[in-house]
Amino acid sequence: MKDTPLSNCERDFLLKAIEEKKRLDGRQTYDYRKMKITFGTDYGCCFVDLGKTRVMAQVSGELVAPKENRPNEGIMFFNIELSPMASPAFEQGRQSELSVKLNRQLERCLRNSKCIDTESLCVVSGEKVWQIRVDVHMLNHDGNLMDAASIAAITALCHFKRPDVGIQGDEVTVYSPEERDPIPLSIYHMPISVSFSFFQQGTYLLVDPCEREERVMDGLLMIAMNKHREICSIQSSGGIMLLKEQVMRCSKIASVKVSEITELISKALENDKRARKAGGRCGFAESMPQERITALKTDETSVEMTDASERANDIVENAEVPPQTVPSPVVPAPGVGQVGQGLQNTWGLEEEEEDGDEEEEEQKMEEEQDEKEDSREGDVVEISDSEEEEVVILHPETQDKSSKNAASSSNQKGGKTSKQREKK
Amino acid sequence: MGNVVQRQTRGALRFQLFRKMAGLELLSDQGYRLDGRKATELRKFQARMGVFAQADGSAYLEQGNTKALAVVYGPHEVRGSRSRIRHDQAVINCQYSMATFSTAERKRRPHGDRKSTEMSLHLKQTFEAAVMTQLYPRSQIDIYVKILQSDGGNYSVCVNAATLAVIDAGIPMRDYVCACTVGFVDETPLADLCYAEEGGGVSSLALALLPRGGQIALLQMDARLHQDHLEALIEAAMTACKGVSKVLDQVVRQHLQEASVPSAE
Repeated sequence: MKDTPLSNCERDFLLKAIEEKKRLDGRQTYDYRKMKITFGTDYGCCFVDLGKTRVMAQVSGELVAPKENRPNEGIMFFNIELSPMASPAFEQGRQSELSVKLNRQLERCLRNSKCIDTESLCVVSGEKVWQIRVDVHMLNHDGNLMDAASIAAITALCHFKRPDVGIQGDEVTVYSPEERDPIPLSIYHMPISVSFSFFQQGTYLLVDPCEREERVMDGLLMIAMNKHREICSIQSSGGIMLLKEQVMRCSKIASVKVSEITELISKALENDKRARKAGGRCGFAESMPQERITALKTDETSVEMTDASERANDIVENAEVPPQTVPSPVVPAPGVGQVGQGLQNTWGLEEEEEDGDEEEEEQKMEEEQDEKEDSREGDVVEISDSEEEEVVILHPETQDKSSKNAASSSNQKGGKTSKQREKK
Repeated sequence: MGNVVQRQTRGALRFQLFRKMAGLELLSDQGYRLDGRKATELRKFQARMGVFAQADGSAYLEQGNTKALAVVYGPHEVRGSRSRIRHDQAVINCQYSMATFSTAERKRRPHGDRKSTEMSLHLKQTFEAAVMTQLYPRSQIDIYVKILQSDGGNYSVCVNAATLAVIDAGIPMRDYVCACTVGFVDETPLADLCYAEEGGGVSSLALALLPRGGQIALLQMDARLHQDHLEALIEAAMTACKGVSKVLDQVVRQHLQEASVPSAE
């Protein structure tokens, strides 16, 4: 299914709002949406909520043979899955442009920046290494998937612990978590992607675009950085023309945002660690009662309230004085009472109702007339009946007459005959 | 935190050691690179326009040892699904492929893997920004690029070759699109990286520029680089791109002269 296109009206509204430095959810230009990081019960499972965008990352590891050209390095594998669950625009089983773009950007962000020590993942050189697989699933798409995915992936990697292995001669033993404590990955730094969207040929700039904003934007610039202010990857996309100054400004904003996000991630990791150590509720168990995992939770929308009271006062002051109302009923004519402003009724509805009444009355009148007519008709019928009777009667009468005539004639004949008889 | 920093410095040291051991000194003390170039020097350009008769526009470009062939068809009616038709502009369709013999190891799939799909996407973006697509509504322009030999800077060579091909096809562009890959070694930006330099763990940045207005049509960077060095690197890339644009301009003018001489006779 293809995404329904945005109406021109909505597009104009969004662009106009952006021109006035306003955003739909009341954020400022450089604000991120509310971010929430939760963990699953397993190691290496992480959920990231960025506003209504929801992303899940799961890290898993297995022992495989290394690549020929890198015999003593572990393998990192990243995959972003855009399931139709997240948005009707995503199709199952097809590598869309978006999916390729996101996958490559995540790879570039996490693999090419060498944030994970792959050499420590080697078990037996040239024979067995750990393959770490990061699967990122989009659960709900409300814009800025890349940032959410990069945060989820790096947090899940930080959270993940691989089983310990022991080597005796040629034999490799993988110990279960009960036998030996699992080992976390060694992570050098945490690259985090920050997206900037450009509007009106690069005139306006927004951080963390939501889905609606993404639809009207001209282009996107993604900058991945770590908290040491090292840029791990830059990628521009969409047919926009950037200027050098814009890129520099974005990189400065990104460095601030990344340090904030990194702090949030480390805090979340610490909380989870503490909860696990205390044996308290962690992972799904923790997130269950609040959100039921699949249910969409409703956050109160933060509405811009900065100038609300002033505006309200302005509106009250500038408003027209309401016309005086007459509290007592008025009697304009004998037998008619009126309550209210004593003006002509301008409510079309009531007029219609009155019309209706009139119509009803008319109908009544008509009915009465009908009745009368009926009664008249009855008379007429009677008359006609009588006429008919007359007519009906007429024929017998004529017949009678004829019979009479006949009789008379017969009489006459009889008379004649009698006369004839008499003549005879 | 302290631990992380220590690890990083150790990693960096180990890497430098490895580079020394492998004999890969990307920038010598005298300021020369592996192939004897200076830091800001570009590789040798060799180009031809109009190499194929069948296509509307075509070009062949060698930049050092990287060789690319670009072919342009169009603008023509939109082929394939009709849903792609844009009522106000032309659709640009790009395909990037690498010949199976282009790399040291034989490539299994010339196109269709993630990397080349991404490259096609980037080429498309670059040319959507540069070609005046609004002049050809409801039509399509095809740009096919093939790498015949890969020696670093594949993206930039493809963009430069495709620019020549688009010009050969007579499709109006806002400006030449020039691309260049730059790297950063020992606090020095290196222009137009070759394969050995790209693979040597240098942070590299690819940039496509419309030189007249200084507008960046595409910016892509891999590997780590401190924020403070970004400006210098972009600056170096822009200078390199301007150099490329001069060369391309020369090629186009020469081609036009060659093409117009027989008709004048």
